Amino acid sequence: MAKKSLFQEFTKGIIKENPVLCLVLGTCPTLAVTTSASNAIGMGVAATAVLVCSNAVISALRKFIPDKVRIPAYITIIAGFVSIVQMLVKAFAPAINDSLGIYLPLIVVNCIILGRAEMFAGKNPVLPSILDGLGMGVGFTAALLCMGIIREFFGSGSLFGMQIMPIQILIFILPPGGFFVFGMLIMLANKLNSRAGKKVKSSPCDGCPMSENCDAKTCDKPAKEATSNAD
Amino acid sequence: MEQKLHVSSSPHFKSGNSTRRIMLDVIIALCPAAVASCIIFGLRSLVLIAICIASCVLLEFVSRKIMKRDTTIGDLSAVVTGLLLALNLPVDINPLIAVFGCLIAIVVVKQMFGGIGMNFVNPALAARIVLLVSFPSAMMHWVPALGAPAAAQIDATTAATPLVAEKGVYSYVDLLIGRCGGSIGEVCAVALILGGIYLVIRKVISPIIPCVYLGTAAVMSLIVGLDPLYQLLSGGMLLGAIFMATDYTTSPVTKWGKVIFAVGCGFFTIMLRAFSNMPEGVSFSILLMNILVPLIERATVPRTLGFIKKKKGESK
Repeated sequence: MAKKSLFQEFTKGIIKENPVLCLVLGTCPTLAVTTSASNAIGMGVAATAVLVCSNAVISALRKFIPDKVRIPAYITIIAGFVSIVQMLVKAFAPAINDSLGIYLPLIVVNCIILGRAEMFAGKNPVLPSILDGLGMGVGFTAALLCMGIIREFFGSGSLFGMQIMPIQILIFILPPGGFFVFGMLIMLANKLNSRAGKKVKSSPCDGCPMSENCDAKTCDKPAKEATSNAD
Repeated sequence: MEQKLHVSSSPHFKSGNSTRRIMLDVIIALCPAAVASCIIFGLRSLVLIAICIASCVLLEFVSRKIMKRDTTIGDLSAVVTGLLLALNLPVDINPLIAVFGCLIAIVVVKQMFGGIGMNFVNPALAARIVLLVSFPSAMMHWVPALGAPAAAQIDATTAATPLVAEKGVYSYVDLLIGRCGGSIGEVCAVALILGGIYLVIRKVISPIIPCVYLGTAAVMSLIVGLDPLYQLLSGGMLLGAIFMATDYTTSPVTKWGKVIFAVGCGFFTIMLRAFSNMPEGVSFSILLMNILVPLIERATVPRTLGFIKKKKGESK
């Protein structure tokens, strides 16, 4: 961990450990809210705000939270921030609140946020945790925005509500199209990562994007369980 | 494909069967339906068929080149896919939509999963469903056929398909010779049956799937209170049973697997026609059973020679 600069903590979430496209976390809101680009931004910004705040607080409290009850404690902190964000969105952007619907309060159980709390904020000081949260949030927002733009452009022929294309391919804003675009983007991210990372594989954990934060020598240890339970 | 399995020393008999020959047989079998569509809907349907075939072959060629694999357009499977897709479209569809359908069929469903023999659902069928979901109004815009009964014509440019028309508008003869609305290949039942008989005689398809499919559909129609013969002759039932459900890649290999597969297709087709809000259920039911094929095959593995467990079930 020490060898990483603060800047790297921020940038790793954008492509190399992109929470949606590489860690495949938070798939449910990704597929559900990306029917338009503005929804995607709203969801991304809301989740980023919660992620940064919860990472900061969890990291500050990491010495006080007993290990056995850490997950409930994390959830409580996250739920608090989600309530604040939800009230803010309701007050200042009611349109986004309407279009996000149930997925806004569901940020509480978003596995990206719990995953970062478990994997990073629970073990690292406050400043790297904030940057980690910010990077992951930006990565999440970017992935959602890509999907939102593609699906809105083809599905309703518009961008941010402006009509561009005369022809609309409805399937893109329906769930099958969502899965299709999601798969295509994962393929693209894999391609980018395999081109960027040219290091020689020496241990089985090298291929795993979580290996930096993972103290387990094999990949069936609690760090993974906690994140997969969260969805 | 078969050249890769060339292990030989003695002079062996060769059957002369090849992918190319089989695909050619399917094309020949589809010819009556294609000719009938030209007679019923005019030259426009020939243009549509040409567009679909050309774009399928071109897309197959280009995507194989991009993926740095050998060119496989010589095996004619892209031609079959294009022809089948065209026969599943209404005649006045925008050519761009047809080309988009070819893109889905060839690039997404076929080549992305590894090319011929690797696709998990029938490419033409998947493309039809994508188009149906994406462009519902364009895909359900039926032009009146030559000599269709006047009662079926909603206005000058639209006609009802037999499945949504009121009872008594179409007679059995109308359905047999294709005097009704529908996608260009599905209207003329006689042409499709001729094609099916040719395929069975050439041993390209086994009659199990079409017969069991149609039989199940007839029984199910009786159960839910529809006219069985009318159901069999209308919509895409014959096209689906003879040409779509029998696709080698996406239908079971085992005999009992074929039976289960066809029963499922027939059951879901009639259930969708009778109880869903869509008029047609053939494509969705075949697609569903396509996805179930690996499970069906696992359940119907033939008994190993000499292995004795229980009497019932397998034939080999």
